Amino acid sequence: MVQQVVTGNRLADGVVIYLGQDGGWTPKIDAARVAVDEDEAKLLEDIAKAAEKARMVVGPYLVEVTDAEGAVTPVRYRERLRAYGPSVHPEFGRADVPDHLRMGSEAEYVHMNGVAG
Amino acid sequence: MYRYDEFDHAMVKDRVEQFRGQIARRMAGEMTEEQFRPLRLQNGLYLQLHAYMLRVAIPYGQLNAVQMRKLAHIARTYDKGYGHFTTRQNIQYNWPKLSQVADILDELASVEMHAIQTSGNCIRNTTADQYAGVTADEIEDPRIYAEIIRQWSTFHPEFTFLPRKFKIAVSGAVGADRAAVRFHDIGLFIVKNDAGEVGFEVWVGGGLGRTPMIGKKIRGFVAKADLLAYLEAVLRVYNMLGRRDNMYKARVKILVHETGTEEFTRLVEKEFEDTQGGALDLPAAEIDRIADYFQPPAYEALSDDPPALTARRFEDKGFNNWVRVNVARHKVAGYAIANISLKPVGVPPGDVTADQMDAVADIAETFSLGGIRVTHEQNLVLPDVRQDQLYDLWLALREQGLADANLDHIGDMICCPGLDYCSLANARSIPIAERISQRFADLDRQYDIGELRLKISGCINACGHHHVGHIGILGVDRKDQEYYQITLGGAPGEDAAIGTKVGAAFSAAEIVDAVETVVNTYLALRQPKERFIDTFRRVGDAPFKESLYDKAA
Ligand code: HEM
Ligand code: SF4
Repeated sequence: MVQQVVTGNRLADGVVIYLGQDGGWTPKIDAARVAVDEDEAKLLEDIAKAAEKARMVVGPYLVEVTDAEGAVTPVRYRERLRAYGPSVHPEFGRADVPDHLRMGSEAEYVHMNGVAG
Repeated sequence: MYRYDEFDHAMVKDRVEQFRGQIARRMAGEMTEEQFRPLRLQNGLYLQLHAYMLRVAIPYGQLNAVQMRKLAHIARTYDKGYGHFTTRQNIQYNWPKLSQVADILDELASVEMHAIQTSGNCIRNTTADQYAGVTADEIEDPRIYAEIIRQWSTFHPEFTFLPRKFKIAVSGAVGADRAAVRFHDIGLFIVKNDAGEVGFEVWVGGGLGRTPMIGKKIRGFVAKADLLAYLEAVLRVYNMLGRRDNMYKARVKILVHETGTEEFTRLVEKEFEDTQGGALDLPAAEIDRIADYFQPPAYEALSDDPPALTARRFEDKGFNNWVRVNVARHKVAGYAIANISLKPVGVPPGDVTADQMDAVADIAETFSLGGIRVTHEQNLVLPDVRQDQLYDLWLALREQGLADANLDHIGDMICCPGLDYCSLANARSIPIAERISQRFADLDRQYDIGELRLKISGCINACGHHHVGHIGILGVDRKDQEYYQITLGGAPGEDAAIGTKVGAAFSAAEIVDAVETVVNTYLALRQPKERFIDTFRRVGDAPFKESLYDKAA
């Protein structure tokens, strides 16, 4: 079963955001609404298109996630970088990301290797 | 440096207000993203992976202290406290808010800067040798012509919608190319002909990207008066015949390649015949008027190698290394050109904090007559330093973490933003750069290795110039994992060459070891005085392939 969330960039400041469980938009992927089937994914997409028209978000699209590690985590590393990154300048990066998910420059490539398969 | 006149001020100001209105309309929902996108790109504003990115032009790489302080202020006030100097004499801010971009552009306009011409399919910011006007190996100052080209090309109505972006670089030096001139759409070398007249040698069709090419020389000499007419002829042929059906084949390099250099040249010459001597004639008086802006500062009468410098070099090895590696000859006795490496160990190449920018502005005023240059290698230059003040300058730079003595060594790599910022990227590049710089942190080891240009790109667009690295690293995505392809034998400058792939790509975990293997292979093979590139050219890639791959097999 493929799980998906909707993401895009916030129009006003470009920040990476997700369509949340409450129908609002959030920078925290953990608070994102996860679609568990294609019907639900289609619904999320429709809401996102409306939000795009309403100038909340730019270029929304679905991304595949897993909750294998107990948290909503993107499957692809590009999306993990969007969710937790950038992996450089942690001091300028996202303060809301828990340390174990932060894309540190030394540790993460090991973490990456395990995922793709 | 060139000062805006009233007309320039009004033009830039108008443009800011126009864009302010466009942003407001976008935010109010009167424009879709599709409608807004080309407008924001015309003002240097991208939407990247994490946020917006604003690219600000630094024409021919020249800044004064006031401008540098403004860049610091913008970094601090509107961004996350840092900026990123790129390979085309631009600075990029990675986190501006759309709602504040017009204010940023307003601030820039107040110090005669803008983001026009830094994106889109127009003639981009014209770049030049960062040692322009102060180096002894120069025929004439290329900034004068870069400025003339800037004035001619900015807002040029015929060339605002070219098939693709278009980049011009100018160098005035003899035997040294610090601007990667042959890798530009048009590369200009200032030359002297047999009659002793100064003019331009014209190269067309160089570039990186997925089809890297060295430019072709299409004319040995264009007289100064004909410079703009000749450039216009090249642009016109490109604008008419350049492909528009396929973005990857739209650059002039493809046109030159497909048409053939001879035929392309014939077309340009034909166009030039019609244009020459017309409205684009560049009178000597106009050149003189622009040249006046670049008059050398009032240098003092000094002599080279003052005793104070010699004594300090003798006493302090760290200082001596810095002078040997980062300091270049100035054309005026008693002065020096000091390079500031923006490649401290473990820091993203080209990144500078707002505090460091402020400090560089102060340092430039104290030690360099207020002048600062930005290089295509993502470093800074202080062009006018008294030799007897080099030691104090070094101490001041060291305090800011900006005294790394690694210029042109493996620690001084070019690296593109990669997947940490760029939406086009296939893999990250900055963390690889950081790890390589940590692996080779020992300066004595770097000096033993000698000149070595290492360049990293996060995708085939090659913003990080991997094709022209002695060692190039290209990030690729393989089944959703980051992999890195090594190329060897590229060179950016007077011995221009494009590197060749050595073989299968390496994982993120393996790539730093692989680079070390390449370096060690060179160390084992080199003959006295050979740089990495010399050894590579002598022995070819076989021994490198062998050490990289055969052992594992
Ligand atoms: C968000 C998007 C982009 C980012 C962050 C980015 C970043 C950069 C940077 C930092 C440079 C160095 C110089 C400069 O500031 O102009 C550069 C140059 C370059 N860019 Fe990009 N770029 C982007 C879009 C593109 C696109 C769409 C292409 C082409 C498909 C491209 C191809 C290149 C190439 C080939 C160069 C190297 C110079 C040459 O053309 O020879 N870039 N880019
Ligand atoms: S080389 Fe590719 S990844 Fe790097 S900045 Fe350029 S477009 Fe982005």
